[in-house]
Amino acid sequence: MKGSGTAAVRGSHRVNRHNRWGYIFLIPFFAVFVIFQLIPLVQTFYYSFFENYMSGLRQVGPNFIGWANYKKLLVSGDLWAYTKNTMIMWILGFVPQIFFSLLLSAWFTDPSLRLRGQRFFKTVIYLPNLIMAAAFSMLFFTLFANKGPINSLLIQLGIFSKPYKFMSHVGSVRGLVAFMNFLMWFGNTTILLMAGMMGIDTNLFEAAEVDGATSTQIFWKITLPLLKPILVYVMITSLIGGLQMFDVPQILTNGSGNPNRCAMTLIMYLNKHLYSKNYGMAGALSVLLFLITAVLSILVFRLTNADAVEKGEH
Amino acid sequence: MKKEIVSVVLSAAMAASLAGCGSSASTTSSTGSAASSAAGSVVTSTASASPAAESANPGTTDTGSGEGKVLNIQVWNTEFAQRMADHLPGYTAKDPDDPTAGGTIGDVTVKFTVTPTDDNAYQNNLDEVLPGNSSASDDDKVDIFLVEADYAKKYVDADADVAMKLSDLGITDDDLADQYQYTKDVVTDANGDIRGSSWQACSAGLIYNRSIAKKVLGTDDPTEVQKAVADWSSFNATAEKVKAAGYQMCSSMDTYRTYSNNVKSPCVVDNKLVIDDNINAWIDDSKKLVDAGEETSNELWGDDWSKGFFTATPQFCYFGPAWFFNFSMHNDEDGAVGKDGGWGFCKGPQGYFWGGTWICAATGTDNPTLVKNIILEMTTDKDVLKDIAVKDSDCVNSQSVLKELASSDEGNIACLGGQNPYAELAAGAETIDMSNLSIYDQGFTEEIQKAMKDYFDGNASKDAALSSFKKAMQEKYPEIEVD
Repeated sequence: MKGSGTAAVRGSHRVNRHNRWGYIFLIPFFAVFVIFQLIPLVQTFYYSFFENYMSGLRQVGPNFIGWANYKKLLVSGDLWAYTKNTMIMWILGFVPQIFFSLLLSAWFTDPSLRLRGQRFFKTVIYLPNLIMAAAFSMLFFTLFANKGPINSLLIQLGIFSKPYKFMSHVGSVRGLVAFMNFLMWFGNTTILLMAGMMGIDTNLFEAAEVDGATSTQIFWKITLPLLKPILVYVMITSLIGGLQMFDVPQILTNGSGNPNRCAMTLIMYLNKHLYSKNYGMAGALSVLLFLITAVLSILVFRLTNADAVEKGEH
Repeated sequence: MKKEIVSVVLSAAMAASLAGCGSSASTTSSTGSAASSAAGSVVTSTASASPAAESANPGTTDTGSGEGKVLNIQVWNTEFAQRMADHLPGYTAKDPDDPTAGGTIGDVTVKFTVTPTDDNAYQNNLDEVLPGNSSASDDDKVDIFLVEADYAKKYVDADADVAMKLSDLGITDDDLADQYQYTKDVVTDANGDIRGSSWQACSAGLIYNRSIAKKVLGTDDPTEVQKAVADWSSFNATAEKVKAAGYQMCSSMDTYRTYSNNVKSPCVVDNKLVIDDNINAWIDDSKKLVDAGEETSNELWGDDWSKGFFTATPQFCYFGPAWFFNFSMHNDEDGAVGKDGGWGFCKGPQGYFWGGTWICAATGTDNPTLVKNIILEMTTDKDVLKDIAVKDSDCVNSQSVLKELASSDEGNIACLGGQNPYAELAAGAETIDMSNLSIYDQGFTEEIQKAMKDYFDGNASKDAALSSFKKAMQEKYPEIEVD
């Protein structure tokens, strides 16, 4: 966007001629994007109106059935239950994630603190993200098994008299999923927020200090407002990532989302349909998921940018 | 205003592209994680021994002249590969410690493709490869695939025609005359054609811990123990006594097959899901026993479930067929109950069967002669079958061999303290009724056990558990009506 804008302003022939190379270099990306993203995306919409699955070895459909797939999904109420599960687990993980990330990045970027070993800690907090989510989830599954190390530790410490079945209770399963997501992503968020904070003009901080502002005041009145664009970006990407939560709960609950499907996320539900080759229903679910994601993203964007929106209108 | 529109459009575009990549990414990640959960992973073992280096072994299984040089076999575990390595004349396994690594028969290379059975993964794999088998390249053609009773009907279907009629291979009814009728019923299509053959007759019973039986019932004699578990009410009464002596009976998942084999109707009739009275009885009986601490709700094959096979953490009984002895009971390990012959065998509350593996010839095979010979050797040759029974304690699919074993010391099984269960097993195999078999049985069995575990553990009401069960069935089988 920016590049073409500046080129237009300059308007020189040479630049335009060079621009051609820009487009040529973009061709591979667009070709891949169109073939592997855009066409499947459009097809997903198209196939969501079809009955198309395997019954035993017999292919049923594709038969055009209009909105029947959507109706079935919306009427059964499962979709809302799984949306709720997904959002609960996302919020449980996101709140501590944003809290710790803000705290850590504020500390790391505060020149007056002069924290030692910053580089070391930045690496350490980022490390969980380097482990494959599936492996991480498998690790937790083993750690929190009925006869696993966490339970034997808790019993030896005298906290519990008998093993707590972590995988059989709604709270503990959701809590574990949220905790894992928090652990995996707070390092990443910290790095992003730090980048944002370091981009703020230090003159502003110094001026505030000269005026006698406390560090709390500086954080709330200067750092946060100026960090907003990055915060909005973090919120929206995390929300979209959260809505697509899959590998952690899938592995932790062995694909079932049990107990009682309390940890079944939207993508796990989608995976169930894809696994039984019910492409029509899976397509409809994908489209609904797309709509949910779009609506929530716009909502977050509007809410966090409420000031900017108002200013623009007046 | 303009800025606002631009920013909303931009954010929507970003959301769209991210959601878009999400829906396509989810397909890839689903396969990825399925692989890591070992639910959908396909492990292809390739035997790369060059055929030229192998000297043909004269006087062994005929591989058919001018036929394919690669025999592809689809399996879900090591059992058949091990049986072939141990018992098929002329077969040379490549790696004695890993039977699924394949081997050779004469100048034909044998390759196994292992796909775990859980969550229909094995079936999904077959669904992928079998319909186009005839047009696959010769070395990739599936020649043999194995099926279990839970879904055999799906693959022996006459319209689907993915398993060859045995008569087309040149196997006659006379060849199969000594097999038990139920093993033929499982793989008979609607036109009466047989499309598979098994070396096992998997009638099953109750396998009890002798020392606990002595403590609780005062005897470990199979006939006396049988009286204490002869029907479900005496079974439940015995459970109370076992609990009072400080033990648990078994897992509620162990008793499932005994109930589910004695249902009055298939689990899907006219595309409608049916929950039979006997399934309901299993749910209600099990809930009572689990609540009373007399049964556990441990999942089959899990670590907690296996603990009862060891003397340190014993339980009163397991429900199992003959393949349990060799395949599941850890009898060769230190501390195992079976190591010193600590188990006994009786019929239990109701007759039933569990499992069994059928060999099917894939339509489109380029090795029909070899496939025919393997089926004949492995499932009808009395010497091979007797060898399997004696060496692997398997209950083989031959009326005459079982009869012979029942009256011979060769039929005495070490882990059962030398008890000879073959008369009991043979009697069971004759009475098995397959009329309520459907293609949905594996999904039904897995999902109802998963859902009811929540109910037994007190995490869901019975209605809630039934409703999650129905949802899961609907997801697995879109064509059926669940309510």
